[in-house]
Amino acid sequence: MSQADLSIHGQVSRTTATEIMTAPAFSVPAKKMAMWLFIIADTATFAGCLFAYGFTRNATPDWPRPFHSITNVAVMTLILLTSSLTMLFAVRHAEMGDKAKAFRWTMITAVCGIMFAVLHIKEWIGLVGEGVTLFHNPWGTPLFGSLFFSVTGLHLLHVTGGVVALIAVGLRYQGGRYNSDDIEITGLYWHFVDLVWMFVVPLVYLLNLAH
Amino acid sequence: MTTAETHKSGGMTKDLIVYACILALAGIQFLIAYQDISASQMFVRMMSVAVIEAALALLFFMDLAKNRGLMWFFVIFTVFVLLAMQYGWTDSFRLTDGVPWAK
Repeated sequence: MSQADLSIHGQVSRTTATEIMTAPAFSVPAKKMAMWLFIIADTATFAGCLFAYGFTRNATPDWPRPFHSITNVAVMTLILLTSSLTMLFAVRHAEMGDKAKAFRWTMITAVCGIMFAVLHIKEWIGLVGEGVTLFHNPWGTPLFGSLFFSVTGLHLLHVTGGVVALIAVGLRYQGGRYNSDDIEITGLYWHFVDLVWMFVVPLVYLLNLAH
Repeated sequence: MTTAETHKSGGMTKDLIVYACILALAGIQFLIAYQDISASQMFVRMMSVAVIEAALALLFFMDLAKNRGLMWFFVIFTVFVLLAMQYGWTDSFRLTDGVPWAK
């Protein structure tokens, strides 16, 4: 093998090694990967909260079942699930380069998020009116109030953050500062918030339905 | 209709089907809440439905179905953490059944 061949092979192997070292993990752009890592971490956070809730509920004999109607939570679920669909539409239009429609669907998603938050706060106010606080409730163990407000409050905090992110990213996307990847990444977060609600509803609301 | 438009409308049709499935599964959860069964049975049924809902959302809404490597990365880490948390359940039963002051 001549000196020229060696140098060519050396060049090729160095290039390949550099490509391997700098290639994005799972062919996912760095920003999107960062969102996935956040989602994995946040899954652990919610799982910890829901596990603590389940543990306490199971270990407390006089756990109350205060919910007589699930109409409000059904409407909230419908709104949140629909907001995931509108977010998907925003992502699909952004991928197609249809900026106006992508922005419109992103804002519709944000409006759905606001509606969800308003209904959630309305429900909280109703429960507080019945005497439920963080450290007291009229039906039994005071742990119910603290765990109910903690779990649903953490979720509401995520929804509120998501609405702010949707509006901010949507406006910057329309203004040309952000691209379709940013809409997609915000969409990932929004779907995650929706996904968490799928577990919060049965554990916190439906299993506490008064029969 | 251009190829891109056909692809877009096909993608949105799939999104609508998945949305309808998730909505139906959420409806099933609400129906289970009104069944006359024990809390543990209700818990198992509702969680089973929730896991299917979550899987659909992850695969099709969050597009994990298109990236197998990322899907396994997510599943392995998340399932490990979720399973590791379950060791505490036995202690919650001990608190209700095993201690001298248990009811």
